[in-house]
Amino acid sequence: MNFDFSDDQKQLRDQARKFLAEKCSPKAVRVVLDGKAPYDKELWKGLAEMGFLGVAIPEEFGGAGAGHLELCVIAEEMGRANAPVPFSSTVYLAAEALLIAGSDAQKKKWLPAIASGEAIGTLALFEGKGNPAPKNVKLTAANGVLNGVKKPVADGAIADFAVVAARTGSSGRDGDISLFLVDFKAGGVEVKSLTNLDPTRGQAEITFKDAKAEPLGAAGEGWSILTQVLDRAAVLCAFEQVGGADRALEMGRDYALDRIAFGRQIGSFQAVKHMLADMYVSATLARSNSYYGAWALSTNAAELPEAAAAARISATQAFQHCAKNNIQVHGGMGFTWEFDCHMYYRRANAMALGLGSLSYWEDQLIDRMRKKNAA
Amino acid sequence: MNFDDTPQEAAFRATARKWVDANAPKELHAELSKSSLGRIKLANHDIVEVGKAWQKKKFEGNWACLHWPKEYGGRDATPIEKVIWQQEEGVYGKLTQPFQIGEGMCGPTVMAFGSEDAKRRYLPKLASGEEIWCQLFSEPSAGSDVAGLRTRAEKKGDNWVVNGQKIWTSGAHYSDYGLLIARTDPNVPKHKGLTMFFLDMKSPGVEVRPIRQANGMQEFNEVYFTDVVIPDSQRLGAVGEGWSVSLTTLMNERMSIGARLATGVPELFEFCSNLMLEDGLAIDDPAVRSKLASWAVKSSGLKYTSYRAISALSKGERPGPENSIGKLVSGMMLQDIATYAMDLQGAAGVLTGSDEETVQGQFQQMLLSSPSMRIAGGTDEILRNIIAERVLGLPGDIRVDKDVPYNKIPTKGR
Repeated sequence: MNFDFSDDQKQLRDQARKFLAEKCSPKAVRVVLDGKAPYDKELWKGLAEMGFLGVAIPEEFGGAGAGHLELCVIAEEMGRANAPVPFSSTVYLAAEALLIAGSDAQKKKWLPAIASGEAIGTLALFEGKGNPAPKNVKLTAANGVLNGVKKPVADGAIADFAVVAARTGSSGRDGDISLFLVDFKAGGVEVKSLTNLDPTRGQAEITFKDAKAEPLGAAGEGWSILTQVLDRAAVLCAFEQVGGADRALEMGRDYALDRIAFGRQIGSFQAVKHMLADMYVSATLARSNSYYGAWALSTNAAELPEAAAAARISATQAFQHCAKNNIQVHGGMGFTWEFDCHMYYRRANAMALGLGSLSYWEDQLIDRMRKKNAA
Repeated sequence: MNFDDTPQEAAFRATARKWVDANAPKELHAELSKSSLGRIKLANHDIVEVGKAWQKKKFEGNWACLHWPKEYGGRDATPIEKVIWQQEEGVYGKLTQPFQIGEGMCGPTVMAFGSEDAKRRYLPKLASGEEIWCQLFSEPSAGSDVAGLRTRAEKKGDNWVVNGQKIWTSGAHYSDYGLLIARTDPNVPKHKGLTMFFLDMKSPGVEVRPIRQANGMQEFNEVYFTDVVIPDSQRLGAVGEGWSVSLTTLMNERMSIGARLATGVPELFEFCSNLMLEDGLAIDDPAVRSKLASWAVKSSGLKYTSYRAISALSKGERPGPENSIGKLVSGMMLQDIATYAMDLQGAAGVLTGSDEETVQGQFQQMLLSSPSMRIAGGTDEILRNIIAERVLGLPGDIRVDKDVPYNKIPTKGR
């Protein structure tokens, strides 16, 4: 059994950590947090130069042609650094949708642009409240144009293109949904930025008015493709969440060692020690579930749907738990804008909703476990 | 990343599988396959009797205590080979319950601190199951703070004379030997006045009494010592070094207890899949699904954490500290799951007999037994301290009795 990343993959992780420590300090994150820039353009360029944006994109489409395990270790570091760039939208969602369902021409047009950092992509799925479900998709597609409103769309305000879920039928089945690719330059797209929990990753409302669109994948296959995309993104996001959880735990541990109260290090009080120990437990369970997700993703195993849901739930819970208790360990200082704790708290809670909320994935996991048990 | 054996591991697994297939007591397979908490009970057999037979067969086939050196009854197996053996032994591993304390704790202590004569005399018989060992550490007033123990050993010529009481001794009533830690000097701080011994459990003055536990069962014992004589040749380590000797033993305790962890998740999943609530099956209820999913990912998280440790062993590395979470997570889960399953049963959940509504009271049994899972082998609080101190590097607790002579430490709270 070798249920671990290879030495090369660990080396890549170290490389990414070093790069991000240099280029993505909390100070750099704060430029975006404070609204002075929509995202960190310099960092985005650097990530492209390092080959991180296209790490899982095949060489024939301008990527590094490594694989999803390599992408997982980079994702972990992106989460640890709280990177203020549209990495998850572009790399986990848009690029994966193209890899799963794109035509050769579509892949040739967009994947090299993603790998080089020239194109930012996203997935436009949600229409207001609710979780991923075919019945929640109201935006219509007819005669090659889209009409409707998507909200919230992660990184929508800075995107060059989007994969859009649209209604092409009314049978009440999954086959009513098709995916489309919309180049924002083609017109008919209105974008409005929305304020959100985590300003280091923007959210937008996008109105499509006779927006020109080309089909992505076969008509009526939209929901099935989307499900695969969300499963892959669930694993990749889980690694970001694991990275964030670890960083929040580290911050709490470091502060508990530095801070003196009642004449001793606060980390010598059991109330604080045990809180940190419980954070370690959550983070460890999440990491192990995510490793299993990584294995399933990288081998395209039949176990992927169940593994992805388990990784998603476990990592969401761990990041929320660690980010929340990191503030608690810091006490009053943890509630200041000046300390970085709230950046992880914001990111943890925003990420918990991005691909569908926790309860949605809990529901998915039970369905998938039942399916397996029945088989 | 893969779950495959290396060629050597695959060959070893094939050998082990073939041997188990040819030698295991298959008539017990169905009964052993049923999930169980705590002591194994067999309808028509005494666990010690069938356990001894299985252990003897394993010993003869060279599979008992296989990670031990050959000269002491093992086969010099590597840690990963031991894991593979356990996987192949499967449910029959439950038959080894009477020997686990000996194999996991007493044996390693004798191996580390015993004389060559003692090792050759005792270890092979421990491995073969011919002689069973128990561990005599905990006392009524020394649990988590085991170094505060009171049992006295006083030197008389070439012998030691022991007086005192131990508690929570698994298997004392069928054990041949016991590993005993006792206070040999009460005038120095508590950790410094302890010494480790082993003794014949049939020595005059040893009295074993079963404890009636909170769950109504009797699985553990109290052991009383009245002027019990132990030869100095049965001392393990130097006089006053008992604490550091005991750390060897306890380190092995947490490893061996963590090996097979019950979480209650498969039982709850099955229960919810069959339980009809007013609006349909329990497993179709969003609130039930949410709870079930949260527990399921804890359970899978533990499983894959152990896979990470196995992978480290396979590469010849030491597993990381992440395995320390196993008992902490599973103990709490068992208790929470039992409570929740009974909540779903409503008023009938109060019944503990062979009622259909409660599936023969399996969760009720789990509820009553689960407190012990959060205490035995390190309480939840001790485990959190261990994680905080050894994994996260936080300061140790402030110990007010550290430099106080043992006989000056207060013995009553109020």
